[in-house]
Order: sequence, then C-alpha cells, then structure tokens
Amino acid sequence: MKTPWRTFFRQNRGRMIAAVALVLFVAYAYNRNAQITEAVLASSLRQSIPLILGALCGLIGERSGIINIGIEGQMLMAAFVSFLVNVKTGSLILATIAGVLMGALMGWALAFMSVTLRIDQIIGGTVLNMIAFGLTGYFYQVGLATKGKFQPIAIPLLSKIPIIGPVFFQNPPLTYLTLVLIFVVHFFLYYTRWGLRTRAVGEHPRAADTLGIDVYRMRYMNVTLAGMLAGLAGAYLTLEAVGSFERMMTNGRGFVALAVMIFGKWDPLSAWGAALLFGFATALQTQLQFMGALQIPHQFIGMLPYLLTIIVLAGVGGRTRPPAAVGQPYVKE
Amino acid sequence: MSEYVLEARGITKRFPGGVVANDHVDFNLRPGEIHALLGENGAGKTTLMNIIYGLYQPDEGQIFVDGRPVVIRSPHDAIRLGIGMVHQHFMLVPVFTVTENIILGAEVVRFGIVLDLPRARQQVLELSRRYGLEVDPDALVEDLPVGVQQRVEILKALYRDARILILDEPTAVLTPQEVEELFAVMRQLRDRGVSIIFITHKLKEVLAIADRITVMRRGKVVGTTTPDQVDEQKLAAMMVGREVVLEVQKTPAKPGPVVLDIRDLRVEENGVPVVKDVSLQVRAGEILGIAGVQGNGQTELAEALTGLRRPQKGTLVLDGKSMPFNNARILIENGLGHIPEDRQKHGLVLPFSIADNLVLCTYYKPPFARGWQRQPQAILENAERLIEQFDIRAAGPMVPVATLSGGNQQKVIVAREFSRPIRFLLANQPTRGLDVGSIEYIHRRIVEMRDQGVAVLLISAELDEIMSLSDRIAVMYEGEIVAVFDADKVDKATLGMYMAGARRQGDDELVAAGVRTQTRA
Ligand SMILES: Nc1ncnc2c1ncn2[C@@H]1O[C@H](COP(=O)(O)OP(=O)(O)O)[C@@H](O)[C@H]1O
Ligand SMILES: [Mg+2]
Repeated sequence: MKTPWRTFFRQNRGRMIAAVALVLFVAYAYNRNAQITEAVLASSLRQSIPLILGALCGLIGERSGIINIGIEGQMLMAAFVSFLVNVKTGSLILATIAGVLMGALMGWALAFMSVTLRIDQIIGGTVLNMIAFGLTGYFYQVGLATKGKFQPIAIPLLSKIPIIGPVFFQNPPLTYLTLVLIFVVHFFLYYTRWGLRTRAVGEHPRAADTLGIDVYRMRYMNVTLAGMLAGLAGAYLTLEAVGSFERMMTNGRGFVALAVMIFGKWDPLSAWGAALLFGFATALQTQLQFMGALQIPHQFIGMLPYLLTIIVLAGVGGRTRPPAAVGQPYVKE
Repeated sequence: MSEYVLEARGITKRFPGGVVANDHVDFNLRPGEIHALLGENGAGKTTLMNIIYGLYQPDEGQIFVDGRPVVIRSPHDAIRLGIGMVHQHFMLVPVFTVTENIILGAEVVRFGIVLDLPRARQQVLELSRRYGLEVDPDALVEDLPVGVQQRVEILKALYRDARILILDEPTAVLTPQEVEELFAVMRQLRDRGVSIIFITHKLKEVLAIADRITVMRRGKVVGTTTPDQVDEQKLAAMMVGREVVLEVQKTPAKPGPVVLDIRDLRVEENGVPVVKDVSLQVRAGEILGIAGVQGNGQTELAEALTGLRRPQKGTLVLDGKSMPFNNARILIENGLGHIPEDRQKHGLVLPFSIADNLVLCTYYKPPFARGWQRQPQAILENAERLIEQFDIRAAGPMVPVATLSGGNQQKVIVAREFSRPIRFLLANQPTRGLDVGSIEYIHRRIVEMRDQGVAVLLISAELDEIMSLSDRIAVMYEGEIVAVFDADKVDKATLGMYMAGARRQGDDELVAAGVRTQTRA
C-alpha cells in the first residue's frame, strides 16, 4: 500500500535523518549543560530572523521573476530609517512601520528599474546596495542611541516547556511576527490565487499574459510587498536585536539570505529550515569563541557560517531549479 | 443572429522594420464550422489570430463578434467575448499541474482569494469527460507528451466557455495518429456548436477536415473556397502563388567514389548502446536515405558523424582521410555540411543577425577575418549575396534570425552550408515543420548538391521525403541498420515492416551491402 506517510518518508529521507540526528544532538547537549544549550538554541533563532525575512523577500521576488540582490541594501536602509524615526519619536511601533515602508520603497524602486526600465536586474540590485551603503554611511552620526528596545514577551504555558519554551515562546514581538509571516507567505504562495499567479508569472510570463494576467502589475506588487519583509528585517536589527545603528550593521546578512533562499529551494518552509541552520552555525561560532574551548584562532571560528554557505551552495546548487523566467525582463508583444 | 460569429474586416498590421504582416485582411467564421486558414510560414496567419485574440492591436480594420463591432485590447477582452486560442508554441507552465494550468487566470476561489483546488479538479474532470479529452488533472504538464499538452490547451479554452476556438498549427507537433485524434475532437466540438479556426500549412489536413478554406499569402487573403472545389495542386498554387511541383524532379544518380565511410560505429547513452556497430558508405553523387521511426538512434548517429558526440567505438573516413571524432571544426574544414535536426538549437544562434549566422563556419578565415579582426564589410556582402541567391525573406541582413519564419531560418542554414565547398552533406530532418514552398525549395537544393557530386546522407522520419529524395534507402531500427534497398526497388509498405522491426535482412546480405562488417556470432 502506498500511504501518504510512506511517500513522505521516502521523499524526505535525508531531511528525516538530519532531523533525528539534530534531536539526538540537542538531547545530548542538554544533558551535558542545559543552560548553554538553551542559550545557543535561542541565539540560533535570533540569528535566523533577519535571514529568513531576507530569504522570504528574495523568494517572493524570484517566484515572480525578479532577482533581488539588493536585499542587503534594503535591510540596511530600513535599519537606518527605523533608527532615525525611533530616535526622533521614541516610538518603537512607528519606527518599525517606517522601516517596513522604506523596504517597500526600495522594492518598488527595484521593480521600476527591472520591469519598466528593463535594466539588468543584477545591476538594479547593486544600485540599491550602493545607495544604501552610501546614504547610511554619510548621514550616520556617532553617539545616538535608540530609545528602548522591543522586550521579550513570555507566552503563558507554552514558555514553560523545557527547551522549546525558552527558545520559541519567550521572544520579543518582531520575532513572533516573523514566525507567523513564514507560514503566511507559505499559505499565500501555494493556496491562493495571488500565489498561483505569482508562480505562473515567474515560470512562464507569456502564458500568464495570454490568460489576461497583468505580468507587470504582478511583478511590481510582489517585489514591493517583498521589500516590506526586508524592511522588517532591518527594523528587527536596530529595534529588537541590537538597540542602535552602526555602519554596515547588516554585515552581509542580505547576501546570506539569498543563499538561504537557494538552499531552501525557493520554498518558505524549507528556507526557514535553512535559516535556522545558518543561525545555528552563527550561534555556535559565537559560543565557541566565548568559551575559548578550541585552540583555533577566533578568525577561523568566525568563518563558520560563511564556510557553511559555500559548502551548502556548492552542494545543492546543481540540484535545485530556480523559477524558469527569473531575471528575464518581460516584453509585451 | 448574424451570419458570422466572428468577422474581421480590412485588418492591417505593420511591424517595425517595414513588414506588413496583414494587408487589409478580410476573414469570417460561421457558427459551428471548421474554417481552415491556410498559408505558408510568414503569410501572416498567426499575426491575424493574435489580433483577434487581443495580443496585437491592428493598425487598421475592424473586428465584429456576432455582428457587433468590438475592440479587443487584451486577451482578457477576447476571453470575455468567448474567444479561445491554442498558440503555436504552447502557453503552459511546465511545473504546474494540469488543473492549475487550466484554471490559471480564471481561478475557483473561496473567501475571494483562497484557491479551491478540489472543486477546480472536479470541474476539469467533468469538462474532460464531456468532450472526451482525457487528461489526468493531477499530472505535471512537463511530464506529459505534446499530444496531451495540446488537450490541456484546448481544455483551457473550453474552461473559459470559448465558442470560438483558434488552433494555431496544432498538428505541427503531432504524430499522424495524434492528428487523427485531434480531428475527432475538433469534429465533436463543431457538432456541439463551437466554431473553429484551424491554422495549418498542410494540404492533406485541410482537405480532410475543413468546411471552408481561406488561403493567405504574403499578408493578403488570396481567396476562400471549400474542399470540394479544390485539390492539393490548386491549394498549393494558391498558397505559393505559382504552380508547385509536389513531386521531386531528379535524374538517376551517377555515383562516384566513396566519400563517407564509417565502420563499426557504436554510441552508448548511459552505458546503453543506442547505435550498434553501424557501418555505412555514401558515394559522391548519391543520396542515401535513413528511414526509421524517430528515436531509433538516428539522432545519436548524426551527432557522432558531425563531431558533436564521441562514439564508444568505430572509425570515420571522409574522402579517404581518417577523421577524429568529437571535433566539428576539423570535420567542417574537411568538407562536412550539416543541416541539424533542431534548427533553432543546433543550427543557428537565434539572437545573432542573419549575416553572422551565415559565417558561423567560416568567420575566422579570410575574407571574413584578417588575423584576429573581423571584416564586417565582407560579412555583410556575403550575407547580401546569399540572401539574394537563396531567396531568404527578411527585413535585411542585420536582423536577428530569431525573427524569421521557420522556412527562412532553414534557408539561412542551407545557404551557409551549401555556399561552402562541401563533400559530404548530412541532412537531418531538413524540412520538418516547413510549408510546401520551402519543402520544394530545399528538396531541389539537396538534389542539386547531389548532382554536383556531394555525398548526401538524409535522415528523415517522413517516409514520403525518404522515398522521393533517396537513391538508396537504409532502415534503422533499435540502433541497427536492418535493411538496405535501392530506392526504386522498394515500396512504402515494405519499408514500414522493416521500420517496425517486423522484418530484417539476413546478415550476409547486410555485410554484402556494406552496413555490417561481420555476421553476428
Ligand atoms: N513581433 C514581430 N515583430 C516583427 N515582425 C514580425 C513579428 N511577428 C511576426 N512578424 C513577421 O510578420 C510576418 C507574418 O508572420 P506570422 O503571422 O507569424 O506568419 P504565419 O503565422 O503565417 O507563419 C512574418 O514576416 C514575420 O517575420
Ligand atoms: Mg504562425
């Protein structure tokens, strides 16, 4: 008999093995030192938040046919704007909204360059990055600090569960929001009219066009909305993770997010798994440096997440298939 | 109710570059008829249909639906008016399921946004049952054979309640049996009141199914007629604008010395032999045809002979000189000419201009290059000369070949290959998908090459083509040559038996004919 379960196991054998190994490893580590284990896992989740937001931004764009390598710039600009608005108004909510809108604006700019002007999309994304690096570097003033930071909110009952509770259910609001958004994006992409049309436009825009779907409008909408997610990642960095702004504080996360997107095969849930993996590598790296346990220069340990990026991309690169029409400007007949 | 469900009056469409694709075209469609639109490639059939479907805007003219004038600005408008179109190149998303493809753009939703796939699937099933168009609603389109993909395209139109169905060259991609199935579906749709515009350039098909026939040539309508008033000859003449010779004219071959000599050629694909120890000799001044159902090793044989694939075993001698495999340049320099099976993939660089495509084999040699410098003037002059000589219809030598019709693209390849001093020509499916005018032209050129002493190896899945061009015919079945005949001593039925693997000649006979080096143990 071919039950759905069996098929599921067969198709996901690698992932199942990885999951079991992970659970065993966590159990072992928890047994050795509960506190450090919880700390590392919680830190993994925190590190993964901007990555998954960036990856969602990237994959919504690419699913509709637009490559976005400007995520780094979108995050950085949003982080900066959130910071400024918070410093001026003292409101965390307003600052978050400002960051999200900034991300949307940059997304719209990318859509304008690649859909309307038909500029090469890689160049369009680079333009976003250059603008962000330049503007934030120029206007940044040393010595300002945000007025407050989002604080963790423990969710009753759930936060009491060992390991899972402290890791997932004692977080500040933007983290919760992100976790919800992962599932929202997944749902929209696969279960709604908007998602079906988005994927069609990214795979075969002419087919979509002959069915009366407005390819340009779909791409504009998607890239702009996706920009909001990158904007949220920026807001997260200043308002929740750090509590201030520094030059180049995104530190390559926008690019790692692209690796996360590819590793996650342009699928929101898989991308989340990938983001957690990268987050874990980062957290582990920090922990190792902190303990000074290994006799390896800290620069090498610091390379861990990036090394992982390279290995993962070299390993999966050949087997995944990006949306067929990604990167190609669509020209109406 | 008006006499016509659809009428186009005085439609004119000019493209940038000066092509007048439609020149005051009048066309009409009666309710419940199959109206064939016949014309050579480039006649403007697709352009007219794209205008009716709202993909292009006409420069002049008016369209009427049910007698009322309408303006069709987009496919959206066309769909609303009950017009459905199956495009020449399918408009399906390969990674979507059949259901997803059919509902795309007209989705069944709950709460305004959420897809109701189970209900959509049910509707697709009902629709496919009602019209006898069998499809698996859950299959991924990329896994389906083209015949089934076409059914999906037709269902797409029916799903949107099309009363006017445009089929743009639907038979070009089908096997003869699939064509029969399609015709059955078309008749059934007609009986249910759907009016069909059937585009083709194949004369037999038109006579077999159409109620009325409109012929287009060079952007103009030549006339409208019915199948009982015309025959193939008359239709061909209307299409091409002159009398067409449907039979190939050729004198008996005068074979000279052996030019191509291959022995024991073995090609494996993932360890499985697909060409099994094939030996062949082709003489100067003869055409050896290789008949066979597609997929019996012809493609691999051709690739091995043209330097595109390294065989596992075998030797290749061209004009007495032993040749290395897997080196197209050396073969070309030693007199190989090649008309590849897939002209767009292997024959041309589509975004390049006609001029550049015409020197793909010679661009690095004088007069087209001096040292490392291209000589644009020489390249341009060469193009102008060949465009004239080979009657390539295009806006100019610098336009990308991608914009040419199939027949003209093939002429570019023929011009490139035939304008070099070649000794051996491999013509692989040289007329696939072309119209009668182009077929006649290319056949004539191939016979000319033969008469000039070139050794020609013709590979074709069209038995008619093999029969009418070849001097000798070899049959390929499961990677082996199973029979060789003189062309005048064999008929289609006999060849068919060998092609199907029902018969093979004895090994002694095959060794004697030079297509085996030894009898099997
Ligand atoms: N988008 C286009 N731009 C420029 N020329 C075109 C375009 N589409 C078609 N043409 C030209 O218009 C003519 C008619 O083409 P088409 O309608 O495709 O012919 P058919 O379908 O009868 O083969 C051809 O000469 C073709 O090269
Ligand atoms: Mg056409």
